Amino acid sequence: MAKRLNYLFRSTKGLILVAIAMIGLETAMFGMLSGPMAEWGVRDFVVRVLKMDLVQAEREGRIIILYHSIAMAVVAIETYMITSLLKMKEFYKLAVRVLITVGYLLAMVFGMGFAYWGHNWAFHGLYIAGLTLIFFAGVLLTIALWPWNKEYYQTDKAYSRTKKGVDVERVAFFAAALTTVISALFGAIPGSFFGNGFEVFLAENIIRYPEKTTMEYSVIGHLHIMLALIAIMITLIVGRWLNFKGILHKIAMPLIILGTIVLNLGVWGVATPLEPIAHMIIYVGATPAMLGALMLVIFTWDKLIREGVAGIKKPNGWQKLKALLRDPLRFGPMWQMVFMNFTTSFIGIFMAVRLDEIFRVWPAREERIELTGHWHVLSAIIATIILLYYGDMLGLKGKLRKIYGWTIIILSDLACGAVTIFEMKRLFIGEAVQQPLVNTLMLLMDFGLGMLLVVLAMVMIWRLVDLFKKKGRWTEEVEHELSAEVNK
Amino acid sequence: MKCTLWTSILILALLVACAPVNLNAPAPIFDTGVDPDSWATIPAGTFLQGQAAKPASIDYDYEMMVTDVTLGQYVGFLNEALASGTLKVDGDKIVGPYPGDEFRGVKHEVRIEAGDYIIVPTDDPSSRFTFDGARFMVKATWENQPMTNVSWFGAWTYCGYYGWRLPTELEWEKAARGSGDDRPFPWGYDITRNNANFYTSRDPFENMASFGSRTTPVGFYNGQVYGDYTTLNSASPYGLYDMAGNVWQWTGDVYEGMHYRFLRGGSKDTYDMDLRIWVRNNATPTYFSPGVGFRCARNP
Repeated sequence: MAKRLNYLFRSTKGLILVAIAMIGLETAMFGMLSGPMAEWGVRDFVVRVLKMDLVQAEREGRIIILYHSIAMAVVAIETYMITSLLKMKEFYKLAVRVLITVGYLLAMVFGMGFAYWGHNWAFHGLYIAGLTLIFFAGVLLTIALWPWNKEYYQTDKAYSRTKKGVDVERVAFFAAALTTVISALFGAIPGSFFGNGFEVFLAENIIRYPEKTTMEYSVIGHLHIMLALIAIMITLIVGRWLNFKGILHKIAMPLIILGTIVLNLGVWGVATPLEPIAHMIIYVGATPAMLGALMLVIFTWDKLIREGVAGIKKPNGWQKLKALLRDPLRFGPMWQMVFMNFTTSFIGIFMAVRLDEIFRVWPAREERIELTGHWHVLSAIIATIILLYYGDMLGLKGKLRKIYGWTIIILSDLACGAVTIFEMKRLFIGEAVQQPLVNTLMLLMDFGLGMLLVVLAMVMIWRLVDLFKKKGRWTEEVEHELSAEVNK
Repeated sequence: MKCTLWTSILILALLVACAPVNLNAPAPIFDTGVDPDSWATIPAGTFLQGQAAKPASIDYDYEMMVTDVTLGQYVGFLNEALASGTLKVDGDKIVGPYPGDEFRGVKHEVRIEAGDYIIVPTDDPSSRFTFDGARFMVKATWENQPMTNVSWFGAWTYCGYYGWRLPTELEWEKAARGSGDDRPFPWGYDITRNNANFYTSRDPFENMASFGSRTTPVGFYNGQVYGDYTTLNSASPYGLYDMAGNVWQWTGDVYEGMHYRFLRGGSKDTYDMDLRIWVRNNATPTYFSPGVGFRCARNP
């Protein structure tokens, strides 16, 4: 038993497994409370069986705690990956992991207990304590990532480095971690302010009001930047996993650092007198960050093609395409980043450009669908990238690797594509005749996400069964570090 | 083989998605027994406003329509106002005069100057009325259903035509909640499918495989049994019906620096969460939809 607990709570892969399982459980359980599940009566059944206490006036508060608890587990997974991929002092690695693990578990278990099963204020205190521990883990991680320590200088010229040898990729990780910690305050401070008496609000519900308080702007900025930073961090993590290097790495890393800093300045500016130009600053920051990600996509796909056609003298287009697609676990994260543009970035840009002419002519509830839809899709895409990397960590090989990878890619893209069409449906169909289209889109969304959860459940059951074996896979994984598994 | 199966499923899904919808599918006729010409008095006093249930006060008595304005009532008005020259035909819409709003140049604010604005469209297939170029007629079976596809200007003009007005958001909210408690719905604290007309509430007017959710007659949720469908009496504490669900209701406030007009009550097209008393929606005053209607208020 002690050995298994040691694996689950002290090894990198064990910690990631626990966090993925917790997210999967929470998503499956609380996903039954909304959308089609509510339509089909599943919500009422779940509420009755689990004896939930859902007060109508507290719905917004419940949702805020729900997605914070999921987000904290995602941040924990990224932290485990960073602490395993990058060099740092053992003390920091241990301290960061202990803090963030205790933190996200407290936030998740007691936060959800508070939100959905009556108001036990001790639970609320433990939820806040959990979030606080995660914040301190972030501070420690930032310190641990300090790049101007000679110990961490980059000696290999194939990677982005300064003349003195400072590892520019590490600077990018550091910048993302530092700005994440600062940006967390933009949520924590108004969170405490609004939390006093539960006068909560969802940002999408106040977006059209011309007068917003500084605290409201702060919340709006916070939710945008935290998701953007989680996305930037997963880009850096995947880059490290796939051993991003060469000229593209040298171009990409400064771009990502610049993008991260400017993007943050813009978002923080939303809560200051800079608000009128904040969006312009955000665009200026988002562009280099996205260009940096594009470099990673080009590098990885080029590498996949080169590896795949090695041995073929003059490969044709078909052979190159086959080479590109032969490993969905390495092709997938990059494809998801590209696909994200169609479901999130381009939608966001289109909305910004035609806001007053199109989207603000529609009712606010229609605009809300677009706003919430596009960040749900972005969150889902980040989750699938983590799952694809996790598939590689599991050591999946052969047909199983292909099935696992392509299932995640196809199902998630099906669901996310359907969400995007659903968001934009008013552009091409009227309310009175939309129902058949809506039914089909809902079916695709539910099928895609539902089957994705089934796949995840199968993996989790497999891992659970493995844990009961004396010499299961877990006994090998207990010593694994991701830095040793970086692609050559 | 597998590929063919998946392609077939995808094609089938797309075909289903493009299936035509019969907008003129007949609706069942039920007599709710609720008089759409009746008004309820809301007494002056305090009540708990909003999601946070903060004390608010209205220091005058006022009256509000017990039901939404019906198609029968609105079509009567259109014919009368068209004949009197208050309204006129302008291409594919009926327009009427509006004195304009003060423009403050706030970000995203659209200037609304004095002029003629859309009241109702005349050629929208989802409208429950017809127009032959001279007179309006209610389509069969829709007489006692709430007027929809009416712009804010159309609602504002209707109420003003009879010497009434649109309720303010505060008036609307008090009329829906009453002054006794912090209930989220006009009838109390919980919602079931038999309380109101909302998305997938499975009322006799709904067909989610085809035209989706449709409006129910005004005052439908009054505890009556219609055939094999039982409703719960869902009137507000002051006796108003359909203050949650069926159609969003235009309210009268014109806010500084904002051209949007606010809607309350949720509709046949929204989930139950939007039926909570404090939920606000808004749109440009020219917006109309099969899910938007209104009711009037007046001073006694």
